[in-house]
Amino acid sequence: MPLPDVSSVQREVTAFIVDNFLFGNSAEAPAPTTSFMETGLIDSTGVLELVAFIEEKYGFKVGDDELVPENLDSVANLAGFVVKKAGG
Amino acid sequence: MAAFSKDVLVIDLEVEAQRIAGEIRRIVAHECKRRGLVVALSGGIDSSCVAGLAVKALGPSKVFGVHMPERDSSSETLRLSQSVSTTLGFDSTVEILTPILEGFGCYQRRDEAIRMVFPDFGPGWKSKIVLPGLEGGELNVYSVVVQKPDGTVEKQRLPLKAYLQIVAATNFKQRTRKTLEYYHADRLNYAVTGTPNRLEYDQGFYVKGGDGLADVKPIAHLYKTQVYAMARHLGIPADICNRAPTTDTYSLAQGQDEFYFSLPYAQMDLALWARNHGVAPVEAAPVIGITPDQVERVYRDIDQKRVTTRYLGLKAQLCGDVPEIKL
Repeated sequence: MPLPDVSSVQREVTAFIVDNFLFGNSAEAPAPTTSFMETGLIDSTGVLELVAFIEEKYGFKVGDDELVPENLDSVANLAGFVVKKAGG
Repeated sequence: MAAFSKDVLVIDLEVEAQRIAGEIRRIVAHECKRRGLVVALSGGIDSSCVAGLAVKALGPSKVFGVHMPERDSSSETLRLSQSVSTTLGFDSTVEILTPILEGFGCYQRRDEAIRMVFPDFGPGWKSKIVLPGLEGGELNVYSVVVQKPDGTVEKQRLPLKAYLQIVAATNFKQRTRKTLEYYHADRLNYAVTGTPNRLEYDQGFYVKGGDGLADVKPIAHLYKTQVYAMARHLGIPADICNRAPTTDTYSLAQGQDEFYFSLPYAQMDLALWARNHGVAPVEAAPVIGITPDQVERVYRDIDQKRVTTRYLGLKAQLCGDVPEIKL
């Protein structure tokens, strides 16, 4: 599998969010730096869904100590985290 | 405004008890048009306090208690809850939930979900689910803790499917209890009480259609510290007033603070009061007994839980107006 790049991960994560959390309404898609928690878009159950999505999609396990907002609380943070993890 | 201190939670207990009793009489008689109140007694401080207030409002002959232990309840639960109805002098009945919950598949569905994480989980094992607390990661992701038959304890983060199924299965307990409360309420033409304190009501620590369902919630505005004080004032047995809060829902002993709240209740009460009254973290920290950074984190957690649990308190939403019906 080719290593993911930031912009493709952002696109894929945003598509997942639109499909899974917004029933396909892409007009409400979050901007890359929008905080999921502060806007209430994604709650703690939603975080588990996102973690399951990136683990499955990019083929790595997210450690307990990696469950922090810096890694998971926006599309941009998620993309940066995925690229770092997948690049190993 | 006076400086923030632990005294902010001190209230005139008799004045407040009389006020709540008046509200209960008004609500039951005029809003519900019922003849009395059903109280589910768990042996905990909240339901005991509500029973005391119900008796103060209506007298013991208009209050009916239901004790509903099940397989995972503490061995102390029934003795404690019966001490409340005996002390306050109202009628009550015992409904053993275990066979009903077995019929729903509550235990079997929960154990199946735990086996997604611990494949050997089975008879002789105990379990509970926990949050990371102030020392853990900032995102509220649940873990399951198991105790094996040999006494060793292990903890694993819960994947989504397992987490949702454990919660869904466990929620049978609260919803079954509420079904039985309404059975007795309908039989007696009574209304049903809900027993959340302010922390639980504000932070969404209840099950929709379970302990969240009620006709009147007499202590939803009282901080837990005030509920303890009110219970003592109302003559609730000392064994209950001196007991730490527990969920009494999982087979391993579980404090409410490890399951849901960031801090033990006495500190959580102060943090919530401070949040509600705009107290700066640096001023709140020494009173609560944590650092200003931790206060900020608790404030964020309070705000976040309000957002994420809003759904639990929402009435059913209509997709068109029915202006003739005013609720």
